[in-house]
Formats: sequence, C-alpha cells, structure tokens
Amino acid sequence: MELNDGETLDAKVCDCPMTPDTSRQDLFQYVLRLGDNALINGQRLSEWCGHGPFLEEDVGVANTALDLIGRARMLLTYAGEVEGAGRTEDDLAYFRHERDFRNFLIMELPVGDFAFTTARQFFIDAYDYFYYQALQYSVDSTLAAIAAKTLKECEYHLRHTGEWMVRLGDGTAESHEKIRKAVADLMPFTFELFDADEIDRRMCERHIGVDLDAIEKSWNEKVADALAEATLERPEVTFTRSGGRQGLHSEHMGYLLAEMQSVQRTWPGLQW
Amino acid sequence: MSKKIKHLPLWEVFIRSKRGLDHKHAGSIHAADGEQALQYARDTYTRRNEGCSIWVAKSADIIASRPEDSASFFDPAGDKVYRHPTFYDVPDDLKL
Repeated sequence: MELNDGETLDAKVCDCPMTPDTSRQDLFQYVLRLGDNALINGQRLSEWCGHGPFLEEDVGVANTALDLIGRARMLLTYAGEVEGAGRTEDDLAYFRHERDFRNFLIMELPVGDFAFTTARQFFIDAYDYFYYQALQYSVDSTLAAIAAKTLKECEYHLRHTGEWMVRLGDGTAESHEKIRKAVADLMPFTFELFDADEIDRRMCERHIGVDLDAIEKSWNEKVADALAEATLERPEVTFTRSGGRQGLHSEHMGYLLAEMQSVQRTWPGLQW
Repeated sequence: MSKKIKHLPLWEVFIRSKRGLDHKHAGSIHAADGEQALQYARDTYTRRNEGCSIWVAKSADIIASRPEDSASFFDPAGDKVYRHPTFYDVPDDLKL
C-alpha cells in the first residue's frame, strides 16, 4: 500500500486493511485520549499544591501531579505528530474546546476532600498501572517507550495511594466514613474506564492498544484486595456515568479548562 | 484559645547518593510509620535524582550526645597529636 508521505509512523500501520487515513485517525484518537486523561488528572491533582493536609503529603501529591503532566506532554506531543496537522502539545492542551477533550469523567471531578482525592487517585493509579504494563508491549515503539517510562511512576503512585486507602479505611471512625463515602461516590465513574469502543477494539486487534477486558479483571482484583484491607465494602452500583470519550463532560470541566487555558487564551504563544 | 497542632512522629532521613558511597543525613520528615516515612523521604529528598538508597529512622530512637557533654567527650582528644598517623615516613614512590 502506498502511503501519502514518508513518515516512519506509516511503516507500522501499512499492513492494516484499513486506509492509512483511518488508521492514522485511530492512533491519533487513541493517543489523544491517553494524553487528555493524564493532563486533566494532573491539572486537578495540582490544585492540592499548597493545600495538602500536611507538608510532606503536599510535596507527595504535587510530585504525582507533575508526573502526570510530564506524561501528558509526551502523549500530546506524540498525538500532534500522529495527526500531522502541525499541532503541538500546547496547541492540544490550551487551544481545544471542552467538547474536543477525550478524558474520562473521573479525571475532571472536583478534588473534594482528601479522602475523595485519595480514592479517585487510587482507582486511576491501579488502572494506569495495569494499562501501561500492557502498553509497554505495544507494537508502536513510541507508545511502548512512553509506557515503559510511565510504568515506573505508576508503580510508585499506586503504592502511595494504596497505603492511604488502608490508612483511611482502617483508621478512625471519621476517616473510615469519609473514604467509604468517597468510594461510593466514585464507583459509578469507574465503569467508563473499561468501556471499549470501536477505536479501542481496532487498536487492540492491531496490537497497538491494550485489551481492556484483561485490565478490568486485574483492576477488579486489585481494588477488591485494597478495599478488603481497608475494611471497606465494594458499594453496589445502581447507575454508571460516562461520556468523556464523546466529549460530553460534566459541568466541572468548563471551569477546569477556563483556569488551565486562561494564560494561553489571553496571551497566545506566551513563553514561560 | 489556640489550637494545639499535633504532628506525626519525626523521622531522620539518610540518603546514599550513589553506589559505594555512605548514606548521609539529608534531613527529617514527619510520618505515621516506616513505610510512609520512606515514601515521604523519597518525595522530599530524592526528587532531583539525589539518591539510590534511603534509610529512615525514628528521631526518638537516636541517642545523641549533648552540648554539655562536649568538654568531657571531645576536648581530651585535642592535645593527643600522636593519635594522628603523621609520624610515619612515607616512602617516596607511594602515591597518596
């Protein structure tokens, strides 16, 4: 199959029965979603900077936020290259509108109290840990390299938030109640993480993306273990929330973007 | 009425910057237990690539000499120059 241009990326997708444009578009969407998840999660978590429950945890949370933003930079840069329209990481982060963001809803929920932040981050860290573990075997060498680097960070994040789940759940009556409520409030948002669509399936078939069913299984086991150790019960979920993939975000997303994008929107191209 | 601030226990942090070197005292942090102390030591003292190994020890477990001990502890060594290895003839071809 002849390709439109000579970029090395095309070599990896040319054995696919689809047109190069479709497969390029798939990869762009796939990488963009990962980038948006890291970006929005990092932006939210960074709100704790200067507001942590005590100095040491303040530094710890800010470190994690920086890891996530570093990951977002790698992924959005790569997404821009795949797209081939000349968009940079900054263009994608600061000059897209709400409906164009592809992150899961759980990433954009307000920080809440420390228990809510901890439970959210634990759910995400466990997901990322299994996700990037699988993604390091992607046939796309750029994604595999990003995953291998990211996995080391995920491992630490999971250790940190996993500890906190137990500490809060098996702590005082007040901390137990707060983390129990946080887990109950967040659980409906976790189903979206495993809701594979056509792009996920095609990317998995081409061994670029990961198998979400396998990750869901590992995630459920990890979460069950952590909840048991934290003396918490897995809440019954009567409804689920989703829509981030389609750009249908919660009411919180607009405010997050307004804050995150305000500087570049006001002075486009401003350098640090 | 002022609220009394209760801190978590204090831990001393020792970092080894690279293999073959000693652990050196880096500072201290507050943490609930050893695992948390290790994590906070990592987050606070190794974020700029400073270390390859961390020790933490409860500050309360360290037995330290006191300033008022210094006269009896350290002054007696002051005039015992013969304890320094400065009275040997070093062979010329020995590189120091």
